[in-house]
Amino acid sequence: MPNDLYHDRRVIAGLLSEIASLAKKTPRPVRLMEVCGTHTMTIHRHGLKDLLLEAGVEMISGPGCPVCITPDGFHEAAIRLVTKREDFILATFGDMTRVPTRLGSLQTAVPASGSMVKVVYSPEDSLELARLNPAKGVVFFGSGFETTIPAVTLTAGRARTEGRANFSVLTAFWVIPPPIRAILSSGEVRISGFLYPGHVSAVIGLEPYEFVAREFGLPGAVTGFEPGDILLGVRAVLEQIRDKHPRVVNAYPRVVRAEGNPAARAVMEKYLEPYDALWRGLGRIPQSGLRFKLDYASVDAAAKYGLHPAEDASDAPGCRCGEVLRGVLAPPECRLFGRTCTPETPRGPCMVSFEGACFVHHKFRGPSPATRRKK
Amino acid sequence: MCLAIPVRVIETDPSGEAGKVDYLGTKIGANFALIKDVRVGDWVIVHAGFAISRLDEKEARETLAMLREVQAAGGS
Ligand code: SF4
Repeated sequence: MPNDLYHDRRVIAGLLSEIASLAKKTPRPVRLMEVCGTHTMTIHRHGLKDLLLEAGVEMISGPGCPVCITPDGFHEAAIRLVTKREDFILATFGDMTRVPTRLGSLQTAVPASGSMVKVVYSPEDSLELARLNPAKGVVFFGSGFETTIPAVTLTAGRARTEGRANFSVLTAFWVIPPPIRAILSSGEVRISGFLYPGHVSAVIGLEPYEFVAREFGLPGAVTGFEPGDILLGVRAVLEQIRDKHPRVVNAYPRVVRAEGNPAARAVMEKYLEPYDALWRGLGRIPQSGLRFKLDYASVDAAAKYGLHPAEDASDAPGCRCGEVLRGVLAPPECRLFGRTCTPETPRGPCMVSFEGACFVHHKFRGPSPATRRKK
Repeated sequence: MCLAIPVRVIETDPSGEAGKVDYLGTKIGANFALIKDVRVGDWVIVHAGFAISRLDEKEARETLAMLREVQAAGGS
């Protein structure tokens, strides 16, 4: 049940003043990473970035945009499928079609005869395409985190049960805790705490983040997506700093249970296995990707079509999306930002996705490269 | 991809595994296979066509009560 209180001016002002007085008491400037691209969107859309900065809290964006962190190799594999194979349907989420690679994008690709790229809203729509077009090969190019993975996997399972031999999934499945560890282990950027993604957490629960407090001594809060939610999450992190008691606080209990969604996790565990996946900007991270187990090769497009998408994670020339995803670089610090790279002519995936830090920055703060971050 | 807002269930089909939700006044299909015992009137979070969580009304009320306190404390 949505409620105006999450947007209420006095609520926002009240939370901000609480945050400001908490931030004043911290020994060092507070810099929090919002891991999730949808959080980045809320923070900028509602002007919280500047309001929080005034309150003494700097927010930096993290790797939580699946379109952004999927290396070009995956996009190129998808482009090759639909340009080389006749009578073929490549279905995917809208943003995925606009990522520029050395082979162009799925949007600019010229499909082979009888083939096409279809934008779908749900993986189930792509299975329906397979039912309606039994003579065509149909691949769903599914990129996502733990929020999306159960939906795509369940759809693949349904296809297999139905004996839908023309349907398979090109998996670009990423799990959120390992890149958090990678970012912290690199020590490349100073972080005082985390806002954890609310809807990933609805699936995985709280336990997978506990290592952040245990091993790195840093606080964090699972956070929802309204402006009030963001501030409740920030407040929860600052309270942990004040109390010198870093842990994982659930600041989104109306949606997230401590144990997550066991049914969704059971689907992932049944069909998928972890592997050391390559992330754009972050390189290879142990156990950070999921792929189909051998038993499910019939719905695995990589096995079926002999694809090896995970070998190349280079950025387009000049694009520094990789550094943006690690929280090392703010979007305006990229030389292409707002000049040759805009939402209309994106040079990299961080400007394509509506959850991408470059896109969000451009949309809500404009193309000016004026705001540079102090190191 | 992610609606990121709760939507209300307005129809369930006999299997209980699918139905319709009201997304800002538009009726859209949703799959309920990942959450148990969905009923018409429930609020759920839908992502890529699948409901991944049901809203806990008691928790929602508690969070709102907390926000009301902040509001009353008079953010100016
Ligand atoms: S502004 Fe464009 S080119 Fe620069 S990092 Fe972002 S997406 Fe890449």
